[in-house]
Amino acid sequence: MRYLICIKQTPDTAELPKVKPEEAASGRLSVQLVVNPWDEHALEGGIRMMETYGGEASAITVGGEDAIERLRSALAMGCKDATLVKDTTADAWGVATLLAAAVRKMGNVTYVITGQMTVDGNSGTLPVALGRALGWPVLTGVARVVSADEKGITVERIVGQARHTVTAPAPAVLAVVKEIGEPRYPTFINIRKAARAEIPVWTPADLGVKVPVPVVHMSDFRKPPAREAKVVLFNGTPDEAAQALLDALLAEKVL
Amino acid sequence: MDFTFTAEHEQVRRAVREFAAREILPYIKENDRKQTFDRSLLPKMAAAGLLGISVPVRYGGAGFDYISLGIVAEELEYADTSARVIISVHNALNSLGVFQWGTEEQKQMFLVPQARGEKIAAFCLTEPGAGTDVAALRSVARRDGSDYIISGEKTWISLADVADHFLWFAKTDPHADPPHKGITAFMITRDMKGVTTGTIHGKLGVRAGNTGWVHCDEVRVPASHRIGFEGEGFKIAMSCLDNGRYTVAAGALGLTRAALDASLAYARSRKTFGVEIGQHQLVKRMISLMVQRVEIGRLLVYRAGWMKNMGMRNTRETALAKWYCTDASFESASDAIQIHGAYGYSDEYDVERFLRNSKGAVIYEGTRELQQLLQADYALGYREDKPLRCELPAYDPVYWQSEA
Repeated sequence: MRYLICIKQTPDTAELPKVKPEEAASGRLSVQLVVNPWDEHALEGGIRMMETYGGEASAITVGGEDAIERLRSALAMGCKDATLVKDTTADAWGVATLLAAAVRKMGNVTYVITGQMTVDGNSGTLPVALGRALGWPVLTGVARVVSADEKGITVERIVGQARHTVTAPAPAVLAVVKEIGEPRYPTFINIRKAARAEIPVWTPADLGVKVPVPVVHMSDFRKPPAREAKVVLFNGTPDEAAQALLDALLAEKVL
Repeated sequence: MDFTFTAEHEQVRRAVREFAAREILPYIKENDRKQTFDRSLLPKMAAAGLLGISVPVRYGGAGFDYISLGIVAEELEYADTSARVIISVHNALNSLGVFQWGTEEQKQMFLVPQARGEKIAAFCLTEPGAGTDVAALRSVARRDGSDYIISGEKTWISLADVADHFLWFAKTDPHADPPHKGITAFMITRDMKGVTTGTIHGKLGVRAGNTGWVHCDEVRVPASHRIGFEGEGFKIAMSCLDNGRYTVAAGALGLTRAALDASLAYARSRKTFGVEIGQHQLVKRMISLMVQRVEIGRLLVYRAGWMKNMGMRNTRETALAKWYCTDASFESASDAIQIHGAYGYSDEYDVERFLRNSKGAVIYEGTRELQQLLQADYALGYREDKPLRCELPAYDPVYWQSEA
């Protein structure tokens, strides 16, 4: 069995507030870039499936050359190989088209595994779009894999506070949630292997597809206004200052 | 001459930084306050491969070089000294000692499980009446058939209550002249009858670390657990310290960096007299001294690491790095508190912990005063390092990274 884990390079969540609207529009970000945190759970889930059911876990991403570093992170966690599909123009449907073409080119993928969304785009549409592009069943909200083989898979899905147990025939697309498992640390031996790994780069032409023209456009990107903080210093004796503070808290309806 | 770290070194640094940010920094203030050693850290360090970073793959390690060991120590102590101490004791003082002096059979028996992190290792040299004066130690090992019977008390032992393997130094010849020629090294394991341990509380610093005593009462130890020959223990202890001091120096460099970074952040945010305090000349002076200490420390530490990689004897250079970097971290932590003013005096900020943590390393693994005597003796020609029967193996990437 082959598990293909789709990852995306996104800004570190701590750095997201630093992203400027013009950077978001152009896609050229100056902040620290990491593996989308949701996709780290996908990597953990895929690597665990490899360890439990055998086969090979592979990582793939669609992005620029700099995304190769993120694929090295996936290899350092334990993926056996990684592939870059080089394109920076596609929207979610375009990425799904490219990934579906890559899956077909590989020919032996049993399960495609994704995170539930990305921390930059936040649309959560990729797994569904990919399922559509491939014509495969899609299982979202996957919290636990109960059993899996070449014929099919049984998983637990989180739905609100309940859990569904569902089955689907292979091949299938799984979108996992964080309950699938805490992402492991890369081991130092894997870090070394990752640093030396040859990572193939496929272009849309290699895959025999044209990147669909994006149908969704971001027309506006606004940040919430910066919070205005007010600092008031209460003077006087401790009793006077305490009374003034109490009055102020009552006036603001804090108490 | 090449002063650059390799891409692999940078990856190690990044990985340890991420590890510390997730596993140490969020909990350190509370563990330090409560004097709690976080035992869950050890299996996590083991899983990442930290506990065997500079041990060849064939012996259960990750097969990285000695510079990587320094980087691990530096980045862990940037977060907290207690985490770096694990590396100093487990990796440097014990495991590299077995790697250097142990037989192939002993490497399989002790080094492999230690490098994998399945067994935790400690170093038992100091006694209640013998610190710097190692030759005065009173632990004894008496030969009894194919075994030794060991009795004695060790104190100020890092990981005393946690470790499974103890590299123990005892006298097989209490009447040897000079006395240090009567010392022999043994690997004692916790499961041996007569081994007891306890924790010391109330330390000034490294309060999140485990420090304690180990007692051996007529412990029967097979001769196969003797590391090196009878009477070779002093030389073994000193070569273990060449590696332990290297990680102490690298850790102190990390602590100096932490003091500098905390000072930079505070100096840019705190305002007095209408300007950031970084604008005041006397604050700049303290900052500049910290920058100087980081840069000098880095050169000294990684020269020692490079010499280890090359297989060159580095006792003098490592001792110099240890002396300089530990003093530098103490001075820098003190300056960092000064820059933070009254806030630095409370545990609301980290710098008071830096000062408390920095003092221990000025004392342990060779006091500052001992390091000074060593340097003077080398310069005066009173001291010269003679070749050892077993030298620390140079770093050979092909041999270290291959499975067998």
